[in-house]
Amino acid sequence: MSDDLGQKNAKLVRKLVFIVLGMFGFGYALVPLYDVFCDITGLNGKTASEAATDVKYEVDLNRKITIEFVTSVNGVAPIEFRGEKNKLNIHPGQYYSVNFYAENKTDKKMTARAIPSVTPGLAAEYLKKTECFCFSEQTFEPHESKLMPVRFVIDPELPARYKTITLAYTFFDNTEKSVKK
Amino acid sequence: MSAVTAEHDHHDHGPAKGLLRWVVTTNHKDIGTLYLVFSLAMFFVGGTMALIIRSELFEPGMQFVNPQFFNSMTTMHALVMVFGAVMPAFVGLANWMIPMMIGAPDMALPRMNNMSFWMLVAGILLLASTFFMEGGAPAAGWTMYPPLVLQTGNALPFAIFSVHLLGISSIMGAINIIATIFNMRAPAMSLMKMPLFVWTWLITAFLLVAIMPVFAGAVTMLLTDRFFDTSFFDAAGGGDPVLYQHIFWFFGHPEVYVMILPTFGVASQIIPVFARKPLFGYSSMVFATAAIAFLSFIVWAHHMFTVGMPMAGELYFMYATMLIAIPTGVKIFNWTATMWKGAMTFEAPMLFSIAFVVLFTMGGFTGLMMALAPLDFQYHDTYFIVAHFHYTLVPASVFMIMAAGYFWLPKWTGNMYDEKLAKLHFWLSAISVNILFFPQHFLGLAGMPRRIPDYAVQFADWNMISSIGAFIYGPSQLIFVYIVYKTIKGGTGEKVTDEVWEGAKEHSLEWTLPSPAPYHTFSTPPKEVPTLSTSRS
Amino acid sequence: MKKTKQLFAALTLMLSGLGSAHADYAISLVKGVTGLSNDIYDLHMWVFWICVVIGIGVFGTMFYSIYYHRKSMGHEAEQFHESTKVEIIWTIIPTLILVAMAIPATKLMLEVDDIQESEMSIKVTGWQWKWEYEYLDNGIHFFSSLDEASNRARQIDSGIDPRSVPHYLLNVDKPLVIPVDTKIRFLFTAADVIHSWWVPDLGWKKDTVPGFINEAWTLVDKAGTYRGQCTELCGKDHGFMPIVVIAMEKEDYAIWVQEQKTLADAEKNAADKEWTAEDLIAKGETVYANNCSSCHMADGAGVPGTFPAITESPLVSGEMEAQVDLMMNGKGMMPAFGQMLSAVDFAAVSTFIRNGLGNEVGDSIQPSEIKSLQTALPKKESDDDE
Repeated sequence: MSDDLGQKNAKLVRKLVFIVLGMFGFGYALVPLYDVFCDITGLNGKTASEAATDVKYEVDLNRKITIEFVTSVNGVAPIEFRGEKNKLNIHPGQYYSVNFYAENKTDKKMTARAIPSVTPGLAAEYLKKTECFCFSEQTFEPHESKLMPVRFVIDPELPARYKTITLAYTFFDNTEKSVKK
Repeated sequence: MSAVTAEHDHHDHGPAKGLLRWVVTTNHKDIGTLYLVFSLAMFFVGGTMALIIRSELFEPGMQFVNPQFFNSMTTMHALVMVFGAVMPAFVGLANWMIPMMIGAPDMALPRMNNMSFWMLVAGILLLASTFFMEGGAPAAGWTMYPPLVLQTGNALPFAIFSVHLLGISSIMGAINIIATIFNMRAPAMSLMKMPLFVWTWLITAFLLVAIMPVFAGAVTMLLTDRFFDTSFFDAAGGGDPVLYQHIFWFFGHPEVYVMILPTFGVASQIIPVFARKPLFGYSSMVFATAAIAFLSFIVWAHHMFTVGMPMAGELYFMYATMLIAIPTGVKIFNWTATMWKGAMTFEAPMLFSIAFVVLFTMGGFTGLMMALAPLDFQYHDTYFIVAHFHYTLVPASVFMIMAAGYFWLPKWTGNMYDEKLAKLHFWLSAISVNILFFPQHFLGLAGMPRRIPDYAVQFADWNMISSIGAFIYGPSQLIFVYIVYKTIKGGTGEKVTDEVWEGAKEHSLEWTLPSPAPYHTFSTPPKEVPTLSTSRS
Repeated sequence: MKKTKQLFAALTLMLSGLGSAHADYAISLVKGVTGLSNDIYDLHMWVFWICVVIGIGVFGTMFYSIYYHRKSMGHEAEQFHESTKVEIIWTIIPTLILVAMAIPATKLMLEVDDIQESEMSIKVTGWQWKWEYEYLDNGIHFFSSLDEASNRARQIDSGIDPRSVPHYLLNVDKPLVIPVDTKIRFLFTAADVIHSWWVPDLGWKKDTVPGFINEAWTLVDKAGTYRGQCTELCGKDHGFMPIVVIAMEKEDYAIWVQEQKTLADAEKNAADKEWTAEDLIAKGETVYANNCSSCHMADGAGVPGTFPAITESPLVSGEMEAQVDLMMNGKGMMPAFGQMLSAVDFAAVSTFIRNGLGNEVGDSIQPSEIKSLQTALPKKESDDDE
């Protein structure tokens, strides 16, 4: 093999290895990209993970929307969790508060996290929460119960085709994970 | 290692003596042979697993294996066939044929070539070792969706590491092929004079370089989710299990094209030779291949129509997927036009190629049907898709690998294979593969989900027929092993000419070499290259 | 002999193409009982026939060529190798065909997406390996798993002929009941891994993803029983978590709802009453057969290396508390039964394994004790803000 060819090969291999490393990085870059993508498209109905600023909207009294609350506990996490209300009929632009009840059923301290999900996914961006227990992990003392408020508003920009929106929370018991940390 | 010293004077001697030759070899023909033999062995390992699956499904009720082991079988069957049989077989063909087709003395990076083969062996052995671990072999499907895959027992890290090894092996193989094609071509071999097999492999190699690292990343995330408390795919930590599916299929869809593009390449070599006609539309074939490869990167979520995407997403992925039908159609039409008004003969490679065109087209039809999202709501994860992808893999990829074997064996060994036996092998395979997979369309449409070890009684009849097809197809493949063995040992006794097949010299460079091809070929590049089946200007 | 006959029959049918004459040889898509499933069926047939026509064209040309353009027929090969005109034609025509498919498919997708303005909502939760149904409007809530007869027959070497079991593997202990002519919205989520809920007669399937919610809708035209299965690989018993939907006339449905409320009250009382050890053991045996025997085996011997034995298990002969804790919360391959079993069933099977299968610990546990340990399922208040 001539030196010339050797150099040519080495140069090409370097380029290709660079592509390989780049694509490995790209795989990881897909994680934040996916979040951005979800925000834009409403994929998976993720809601904002931080509190929305308290903006004053024009209340649209002519329009009624049903918002349903669904609660789940992942697997057999020893948490009792339910919404105070099954559903509310609301006007876009008006702020509402609804309470959720959660209780640690164990004798141990517990760390748990509620994951919100909205369907239809595209409606998620119009559901603004100024207060929610899902923004952070919750710690419960043994057998402690909590009444946790969610304060939200539906942006009046919500397209007319949406009449029912479901807001679901799933509680995950993260005690084991947080103990390890 | 002797490979190091062989570097400078390897033109002066033949292969090393004894078994060590195969361990340390850097010769592209030796490594090609290693890949091909290994993949043939893995084809039977994966095939045995398929027969276990079909035996369990022969009748309703559980007869032979427990459901967990059944799931391991479907998972390992897929992994072994994809990473152990089909991909290595094409790498083996690439090793043997690409240097001979472009007038190069060897692959560009011979030592890396040796390493990538042995890494493949190590990866597969590691994967096989998971059968003996607590909790059993991986059983969450070859797609390894979390959270299910995180329930795998001790095998999980080993399976993931094995995927890493297989991935690195593929990437090294791909880099080698790209370097060979870019830097080692004979001066007269311009890109648009390269045989289509070389073209399809060049595009495939770029696909591999782009996707294998993404897959490696995805499984690494699984690993850290399980052992290091990351939450990429864990909803409890703010992750999303569906994200894995997006990353996986970003790899997975191009991956299935990695298995089909070289298939197209082999068919494009064989059909013109036996039609005694130039390949129709050489440049449109090249562009169609490139178009298919490009499209493969932007259609991945058609594997996920039922996960709950917004309508705009579903529609986009539906339209993009439908577009694939256009370049694929162009290829089918080109092959048909190549046969049109030719002077065809029907030796085994041609028979397999015709069966490939017909049966792959049927797989294409079902693919088109599944591209339509509303229809996929019914077809998804049923036996309909099992039928679909087996039509595009068995009578396509596997048939064409065997066709390639028949086509080039005389060149490799200097002996002719037994045509009568080969025809028997063909007819048994072509008939049984349809008995095996055609009824699975019906099962899927009638409502049988995939990956189930037992089924409702109404599915019993087609399952039994499908299993019978499998019991014929599987053992028939032993005929191929026998033919290959016999050919290596002297074949029919008839000495083959350099071009082996009438007029083959006009189509591609390897047929200008002596038969059997000497250990070292094209130490000096050829002055002229055949252009009958390529661009002539 | 029977097999040979079946095989013969199958081959004959296949050859004569009369497959559809017999239900067991169904060859086409399930047509279903909703407007949507019928539209999907029609589109399926439309695309199918297009494919058949293309197939006849392409394969016909190819086989004509194979027959007439053979060397043995003395055909001389022509040497043409490209034609821009032809290539443009066979790019444009398929594109037009694709458009002809895409238009109805798009229309259908918009129909699928029209989930708004439903009359009732049912939440479906996928579990390893059963379904949980929760009627959001009236609080009815239950689990639905493979029926006992199928479960017995599906055990390896059970000696039971699946053909003798009615609706083998497609029957559940408690089916989902819905009213006909009612637009129903389903909400999907999962408690452990991803599952997928599919009833072919409704025309679609939807994945259930832990932590996320999905939705789909149906409107069944015809009363009847419709069966389906989980279609996303979800572990060992993925093949054994069927779905049964019974669509009832509206009046019948109203009666059914009343019955469920009465039943729920009765169950609550059962959990509160004092049970004798004998009653618990007797009941526990059935619960064991349905929930535990597929891994731990009918005789409690387990599968060495994979599923531990119950017989002479140190855990079972040890403290009741530890055993109940494991059963409730699961570990590794062992599913968590805390929410899957009722307090009565849980207490019964806990008592049974300590006093059966070769164990003789002698103690028992009351449903009421289990109930206090068990995580109460979210109870819904049925009022809303109307």
